Amino acid sequence: MITDSPPVKSSSAMRRRSLVIEGVIVVAISLLILFGAPQFLTAIGQEFRINMLGRFMALAIVALGIDLIWGYTGMLSLGHGIFFSLGGYALAMFLQLQLPEGQLPEFFTLFGVDKLPWFWQPFHSLPFTLMAIVFIPATIAGLLGYLVFRNRIRGVYFSILTQASLIVFFNFFNSQQKLINGTNGLKTDTTKIFGVYAGSDQAQSVFYTLTVLFLVLAYFLCRWLTSGRLGRLLIAIRDDESRVRFSGYDPTGFKVLVFAVSAGLAGMAGALYTVQSGIISPKTMDIAFSIEMVIWVAVGGRASLIGAILGALIVNFARSILTEQFPEIWLFFQGALFLVVVTVLPGGFIGWLRNEGQELFRSLIGRPRRVMTYPSLSEDPEVEYERQNLRN
Amino acid sequence: MARGFGRREFLIMGSVASGSVLLKACTPGSQDSGSTDGGSPSGDTIKVGILHSLSGTMAISEKSVVDAEKLAIKEINAAGGVLGKQIEAITEDGQSDWDKFSEKAKKLIEQDKVVTVFGCWTSASRKAVKPVFESKDHMLWYPVQYEGQECSKNIFYTGAAPNQQIEPSVDWLLEEYKGKPFFLVGSDYVFPRTANTIIKAQLEAKGGKHVGEEYIQLGSTDVTPVIAKIQAALPEGGVIYNSLNGDTNVAFFKQLQGKGLGPDKYPSMSVSIAEEEVKAIGVEYLKDHYAAWNYFQTVDSPESKKFVEAFKKEYGEDRVVNDPMEASYIMVYLWKQAVEEAGTADDLEKVRAAAIGQEFAAPNGPVKVAGNHHISKTVRIGKIGEDGLFEIVNSTDGPVEPIAWNQFVKDTKGYACDWSDPNKGEKYKI
Amino acid sequence: MLTSLLDGLFDGISIGSVLLLAALGLAIVFGLMGVINMAHGELMMIGAYTTFVVQNAFKSFGQPWFGAYIFVALICAFFVTALLGLILEKGVIRHLYGRPLETLLATWGVSLILRQFVRSVSWVMVLGLGVFCVLYFGAMAILSRRPNVEKIRGWARTVLIPLSAGIAWSAGNMLGQTYQLAATKPWFGAQNVDVTAPGWLRKGIKLGTYQLPYVRLFILVLTIVCILGMYLFLQRSAWGLRIRAVTQNRSMSACLGIPTERVDALTFALGSGLAGVAGCAVSLLGSVGPNTGQNYIVDTFMVVVVGGVGKLVGSIVAAMAIGIANYMIGADALSPLVSWFPQLAAVLQFFANASMAKVLVFALIVTFLQFRPAGIFPQKGRMVDA
Repeated sequence: MITDSPPVKSSSAMRRRSLVIEGVIVVAISLLILFGAPQFLTAIGQEFRINMLGRFMALAIVALGIDLIWGYTGMLSLGHGIFFSLGGYALAMFLQLQLPEGQLPEFFTLFGVDKLPWFWQPFHSLPFTLMAIVFIPATIAGLLGYLVFRNRIRGVYFSILTQASLIVFFNFFNSQQKLINGTNGLKTDTTKIFGVYAGSDQAQSVFYTLTVLFLVLAYFLCRWLTSGRLGRLLIAIRDDESRVRFSGYDPTGFKVLVFAVSAGLAGMAGALYTVQSGIISPKTMDIAFSIEMVIWVAVGGRASLIGAILGALIVNFARSILTEQFPEIWLFFQGALFLVVVTVLPGGFIGWLRNEGQELFRSLIGRPRRVMTYPSLSEDPEVEYERQNLRN
Repeated sequence: MARGFGRREFLIMGSVASGSVLLKACTPGSQDSGSTDGGSPSGDTIKVGILHSLSGTMAISEKSVVDAEKLAIKEINAAGGVLGKQIEAITEDGQSDWDKFSEKAKKLIEQDKVVTVFGCWTSASRKAVKPVFESKDHMLWYPVQYEGQECSKNIFYTGAAPNQQIEPSVDWLLEEYKGKPFFLVGSDYVFPRTANTIIKAQLEAKGGKHVGEEYIQLGSTDVTPVIAKIQAALPEGGVIYNSLNGDTNVAFFKQLQGKGLGPDKYPSMSVSIAEEEVKAIGVEYLKDHYAAWNYFQTVDSPESKKFVEAFKKEYGEDRVVNDPMEASYIMVYLWKQAVEEAGTADDLEKVRAAAIGQEFAAPNGPVKVAGNHHISKTVRIGKIGEDGLFEIVNSTDGPVEPIAWNQFVKDTKGYACDWSDPNKGEKYKI
Repeated sequence: MLTSLLDGLFDGISIGSVLLLAALGLAIVFGLMGVINMAHGELMMIGAYTTFVVQNAFKSFGQPWFGAYIFVALICAFFVTALLGLILEKGVIRHLYGRPLETLLATWGVSLILRQFVRSVSWVMVLGLGVFCVLYFGAMAILSRRPNVEKIRGWARTVLIPLSAGIAWSAGNMLGQTYQLAATKPWFGAQNVDVTAPGWLRKGIKLGTYQLPYVRLFILVLTIVCILGMYLFLQRSAWGLRIRAVTQNRSMSACLGIPTERVDALTFALGSGLAGVAGCAVSLLGSVGPNTGQNYIVDTFMVVVVGGVGKLVGSIVAAMAIGIANYMIGADALSPLVSWFPQLAAVLQFFANASMAKVLVFALIVTFLQFRPAGIFPQKGRMVDA
């Protein structure tokens, strides 16, 4: 209903060819971003946006995850801030521990703690940290998802439940000053990793490269998950879960799987974001941030991976430019964005391009509107009339 | 299709239009809402950054500090500017989010090439931008009383250090309410936590007694459990030492009074409640409680009167001024003097060196920038009166020298900071 | 010991009653329309600001009139927010029925706008908006009389919107220049505003060393009155009957000639009005500022979800349970009772502050919903999976 499912090619050879073409395009674009974008931004005197672009690409990874569960599977999670922050915290804890033997991170001494809390211990090891970034969020999401989906909680209830979980984590991280520095969050800029400061230009350009790399990997992962049988099953769950059940599938497992994958992506994004912004604080578990993540996807276009990435980049750049230009009233724009996207552009940017945008283009070059030979149900005037008057 | 689309179209147009009208309608209201103001069109200006939360939970406090900073800049520009150039202020919204603070700080430094930044309120936001200013070797002026235990080469602190607010107020309470136990309440972040560590150490050293310590999340209004704990810990009355910040104070004092914990048996000393907050909480709830600051609107001096008058003229008769506003007002002037003495605004090394030793006849009394980048100020204790202003009940004779590293806390005892001497620096043993 | 326990219980109940009052409006809206209104907290905030305005108006009357301002404020808050709710329903939510997740996002947008609105509203802005609305909607109304309205609509919009926006902008600008500060100064500003309870509400009943604040009692009574009013309205009035019918089965009600559209609008206005009343009540206890509503929003969702949809009694039980649990854990009232089991007492002490209590309570709620996904009192009857 929202967007068309990915086009299904009849012959597998053609499909393979189009996949190869897509792969080449994606790699080309990512190379362009990797080498072209910093050059370009430097050339127009906006070097400072390079770091921003890096961070927003990390956020685009979260958007991919959200798209996976919301756009494709129809579950609106308002709790992705948890997974994002857990990933960020995992890496930040590792970085905080890059100190001479026997020394504790600064904030511990400030609060009078003289022994490292037990759950910090494993974060001395880099391999553990790297695993933790992805697997801790994924495990938590898997557990939560299993319980929730097994009990067939969905729709708005699922959203509210994830929001409640968000509050649990937010309050915990926010109030435990002695364990994880509470409201202040953990800083990563001033610690050394492999002999260079994490905030230095060298390290930052490595993180930038890594972000592009992981974004591409995440894209291919999501592309692989959403094409083929699994993808179609997810869309079926979104459009009519009962019917999927009647057809002999148990949706629970699939939903748990995508929720966990999506959380893992968010954790990865959180880690990449943290090292580039230099700080992770419980603010990323704020209600507002998790709702914003959803709007990135809505702006770009649900059930479209490119849309999710574009949405995250567009919204975040717009936000930072608007806050710069109108520091006192930018919230009006953000509010209007939510309203406009939901009411006027339910298909998002990509959805618009696919439908109205093409029509507009045709009319601009003087071609007639495309004729609909088989009006779909939503365009049937009678059905539309009934909808408006009976609304059910 | 046509009907459905029409409706949608109507919505989009409506919201876009109303958005644009809102925007436009406000623009004359806040001429400063664009990114620049007060600058001469020639482009020959000195750019400075203003970085405070204009949205989110801290906006209630920080907005008025921005007003004070802009007032100072406007006055300086009207008087001919700095080194013959007009000051151009670039305002950024930190959104009560520490991560945004560091992002905006980077933007101000790298993109706008400002020569200094005036900003931050919470210690968390200052700590978040500190690495940015240090790695870029830049300059931040910070106007709020804070917990000390920090002395950065790149930050000038024009608010009170603990020995200019917290310690004297505890001393005064020990004197005034002999033998009464203390209960410490604070918001849950670094300033109240550290402040309370200092207070506990001080009470221990001076024979005071503390019976409890509670923290409430920043921005939360769930205060009922804390009040119950105060009641349980202080059945016979005692002193409440309050370092709550923001919204929480309102709920705290409203419900404190509802529970019958009045200032006669439970006097409270606040370190984050000033005239602005009194106005927002309601005088009826706060009458006869105490607050410790360096400046009150009621300070009786020509400088103070001039400041109050100028502020009211600019922003309306019903506005009040308070200590952080005063501190942010004078820091702009201190920076200006430093720039003029250095003869340059861009060579930060020179400006920093010139800043040390700058004197200014501030509304709170004469101030002087010390070698540790803090300023000497007069300490006052005020009692909230019927009219919402403070009656000054105690005041030091002259300015108190700032101490950055606290001398009550074990870890920092015996250390000091001095940037005027290259051999001493951030933290040296006395 | 007993008095302290009683006092604790009273505190818990009064926290619960605030929650209940705040959740009441949300509960009926959610029950009827399945709509999650994220702007509910902001409607409360508008109610609180209305209280502030009424209070200031009464200040000029002096005593003893000032003491009664709260009653006027309650009524004003109800109507102001009900009107706002009506506009919201007609302007946004009506177009999103059947898409609850989209409604959630749209109302979040509305809540952002409202928050910024109270921060920066000034005479210039109000005038600009007013001029724009009069010009644009007036012109559209005139045009809609023409027979060929469908054809010229798009065209008219492209012309009218910039035109009226331009006129509105210049009018605002002119006003700002003529009257300077008087017109451009924000009404409320970003700072909190002060709402002071009337003198008679600021005291309390002495109970040994404890004191029951009148404010709390007042809110308790107000909550009871609101619930009774709601109950009577839903059970005894014709519109109440219709609302209940639509809640149970929308299409069947529509078939039987119930004007579901008007029922929706009415319910939404009523729910918003209740939010205004709740806002007025919480202004007596806490701060009134642009962020006031944010403190309540998630808690009220929890009340609605835990209570079960469409059941008043569910909301009552849930609010009380959450309020008392929050208080008992937060004030560390339980750990002395389990002193025979030191490990448990230690765990309880770990959670014994306001924010950690919330952690525990919310974790319990999430667990509880695993067992009773539809809340304490689920709606009976056969439901079609929507």
